[in-house]
Amino acid sequence: MLTQALFRALDKKAVWVIGIFLAVAVLVPMANLLIPPGQFGHVPTYLVSLLGKYLSYAILALALDLVWGYCGILSLGHSAFFALGGYAMGMYLMRQIGTRGVYGNPTLPDFMVFLNWKELPWYWYGFDNFWFAMAMVVLVPGLLAFIFGFFAFRSRVTGVYLSIITQAMTFALLLAFFRNDMGFGGNNGLTDFKDILGAPVQAQSTRVILFAATAIALALSVLICSMIVNSKLGKVMVAVRDAESRTRFIGYRVEYVKLFAFTVSAIMAGIAGALYVPQVGIINPGEFEPGNSIEVVIWTAVGGRGTLVGPIIGAIVVNLGKSWFTSALPEFWLFALGALFIFVTLFLPKGIVGLWKQLFGASRKKAEEPAAPTPAQSADIERGEDPSTFDNVQPRPAE
Amino acid sequence: MLTQLLRLALLTLSLLLPTQIARAQDAVDIPAQIAAMGEASLKELTQIVVELSSTGDNSVVPVLTALADGNLYLDETSGRVIIQTGSAITDPLTGEAVDLGAEADLSRIRVNNGLRRDISAALSGMTLMSDNPSTRLSAAQGFLAKPDAANLPLLDEAIAAETDANVRSAMQAARAVTILTSEDASIEDKNAAVPQVVAGAGRNAITILTGALSNAPDEVKPTIEAAIAGLEQGRAVWGALQNVWFGVSLGSVLLLAAIGLAITFGVMGVINMAHGEMVMLGAYTTFLVQLVIRQNFPGLLDYSLLIALPVAFLVTGAIGVGIERGIIRWLYGRPLETLLATWGLSLILQQTVRSIFGPTNQMVIAPTWMSGSTEFFGLAITYNRFWIVIFALIVFFALLLVLNRTPLGLQMRAVTQNRRMASAMGIRTPFVDAMTFGLGSGIAGLAGVALTQIDNISPNLGQNYIIDSFMVVVFGGVGNLWGTFVGALTLGVANKFLEPYAGAVLGKILILVLIILFIQRRPRGLFALKGRAIEQ
Repeated sequence: MLTQALFRALDKKAVWVIGIFLAVAVLVPMANLLIPPGQFGHVPTYLVSLLGKYLSYAILALALDLVWGYCGILSLGHSAFFALGGYAMGMYLMRQIGTRGVYGNPTLPDFMVFLNWKELPWYWYGFDNFWFAMAMVVLVPGLLAFIFGFFAFRSRVTGVYLSIITQAMTFALLLAFFRNDMGFGGNNGLTDFKDILGAPVQAQSTRVILFAATAIALALSVLICSMIVNSKLGKVMVAVRDAESRTRFIGYRVEYVKLFAFTVSAIMAGIAGALYVPQVGIINPGEFEPGNSIEVVIWTAVGGRGTLVGPIIGAIVVNLGKSWFTSALPEFWLFALGALFIFVTLFLPKGIVGLWKQLFGASRKKAEEPAAPTPAQSADIERGEDPSTFDNVQPRPAE
Repeated sequence: MLTQLLRLALLTLSLLLPTQIARAQDAVDIPAQIAAMGEASLKELTQIVVELSSTGDNSVVPVLTALADGNLYLDETSGRVIIQTGSAITDPLTGEAVDLGAEADLSRIRVNNGLRRDISAALSGMTLMSDNPSTRLSAAQGFLAKPDAANLPLLDEAIAAETDANVRSAMQAARAVTILTSEDASIEDKNAAVPQVVAGAGRNAITILTGALSNAPDEVKPTIEAAIAGLEQGRAVWGALQNVWFGVSLGSVLLLAAIGLAITFGVMGVINMAHGEMVMLGAYTTFLVQLVIRQNFPGLLDYSLLIALPVAFLVTGAIGVGIERGIIRWLYGRPLETLLATWGLSLILQQTVRSIFGPTNQMVIAPTWMSGSTEFFGLAITYNRFWIVIFALIVFFALLLVLNRTPLGLQMRAVTQNRRMASAMGIRTPFVDAMTFGLGSGIAGLAGVALTQIDNISPNLGQNYIIDSFMVVVFGGVGNLWGTFVGALTLGVANKFLEPYAGAVLGKILILVLIILFIQRRPRGLFALKGRAIEQ
């Protein structure tokens, strides 16, 4: 069954995407290590880390796309899962510092010594082991999403209400992690990392390996998402997105479908966070900001939700833009981002990918398969309006 | 006359200088005595202090205070005695400024600790006998803070002469504390003293009693402990009341911020993420209105907030209508996307305001009728909070009237309940949408005017309230405005009650978790609309 799913998942597009990122995982490190600095084609190490950061954002955007684009759940709390994964990784890296901290305490991280803590809190046990930490990267966000989703979906919290309580969740976590008593470094978070698996975090080779790991993780995420959305379960997910009540009346357990998508997505976000932290060298409560989660949504929307390529493109394009703006025109970044939100929702409901299809692939696409309703229309259907009148994506006045 | 005699007798008794009684009575030449201070020895000074204090004349208080503080000087050139504080030189009796000329040669009149004690005893004796009740009260409170058995006779005598009930109760408390802490008072006296402390010492009673507990004889301890327990119970009740007030105050701020959000959400099913920025724009409008008034009509400065109210309502309302016409109507029936577009708008608005006004905080001066505070049965109530509560109630009930008694309100409720049916009945839903959005934004602007009084006006002002406002709306539901009302006050009070036990941050986290759990029970909030139209 698994092989069958795998086979079905590897349609033409997914193969391309996976192939590209596997190639990137090999080519960029080679360009960094083999081509000497100054020569054409050399990728400086800082750029490798920067690209690695974008790719981990891309995994996060893909994770959000799985719940939003395919299952219709707009989570405004996905950066919470991302940050939890990041914190799990950060805790491992903190424990690896050992006696090299400012206070030279072999077990306690610096901030605990500073706060005059005498022993390691119980929830820090085990994080000196890499594999335990990796298990936590998966388990903590996964478990939180499972519990949160179990209750939320069971009581049929939907739409805007669900978005708001996911935002409340990340806001509560933000406040909690700001507290010094929580034992996660408070305001400053976890930083000043030294080693990962015995290799120094700052070293060129480590950075290159981390980049490659991120690219491979992204490729795997695409594969897994492709497997899910191309399976029967994926079809039910789309059905839930487009007409939740109808799907329920047909006999599907809508809440379990949603719970599955939400949990898988949270785990992916956690892994993205774990890959992000060693590459940027810090994790602090700012990652829980509700604004961050909403930014993830806009990456997905810009690229095109309900597609596997879209969120990846969106995350990379928007973050490239952000990097450029914040250094060249820092005043205008918020204008640009805000305008992007409005422009994309008004004029590009299907994102860049949708635009591409509209411009270049429309005729071929129509011949291949009947047009599935887009997420943009799903809400209309829910409101009981005729979807057939909304085939055009152009802005239109109300009623 | 007799009482005065007795008073003086006791006073001098307390100073342990009984020989002075007879002479002290009448004609003490105050200016002469002060002039004599210049050349007096310590012993003579002691006598002069007694003479001066025996006059019972309040005008000698500054001299004695200055002497004890080392501010009393003799000018060797002119032979005058003056008070020097900092660079100011004043006459000791009249308090007028004195110009000693360039040849002045000041030397401090020296005192020792013994004399200082005498002076302070004489002073508190004098102030305890002062004609001014508030001076007497503060003297009694001074004794309360520093009980000394030597002052007992003085207190007894002052209590006997006292006419003001408040002051007497404070004096009795001071006396009771003195008895409690003194070593030779009897057990009965001490037991009897405890209730007096409770009655007269006010807020400090618990501290005083706790302090007395450790030194008290075993027989008295149960009485004191019982008294402390009683006081703490009373304090808990007052503390709870105070918390309720703080909670109501916070709740009314939440109500103001959330109520506009609630009606747009109710009618259009859209969470307007730019709502917080409407609040912020209202605050900046207030700032501008005050700026204009201060420059052109300074006489109206006290009313600038009142003038800002309609201006802010119109400005933010117009912007709201603009947003609805320009952005939101294009996203009809796509609530989640509207949420994103309005978020983008909020970023733009924030950055615009930051570019124009700068990132720093702006100030709006509080009008005189909103500054200060009052005590209401022991509850400290600041006027700005008080007016905000009143204002929130006015806005709420005005909105209730608009919704229930005007044609527009009727149409809005119809659209809330069933958009398509309302449309079929001839209601112009796009017009209702625009008006609703304008109204909601206008109310956000009004909230901004109110918030200028309790918060900093900065481009981030709205961000601080937006999540709380969401919580109120989600908690209260969109069925009717009462949901928002109950939601805001509940959250406000719950927040303030959790704060003392859990701390501000943890309290807020608990509230968020409780809301998330609450939504599981009632996915559509406290006051959900019922009926088929709402079920999807």
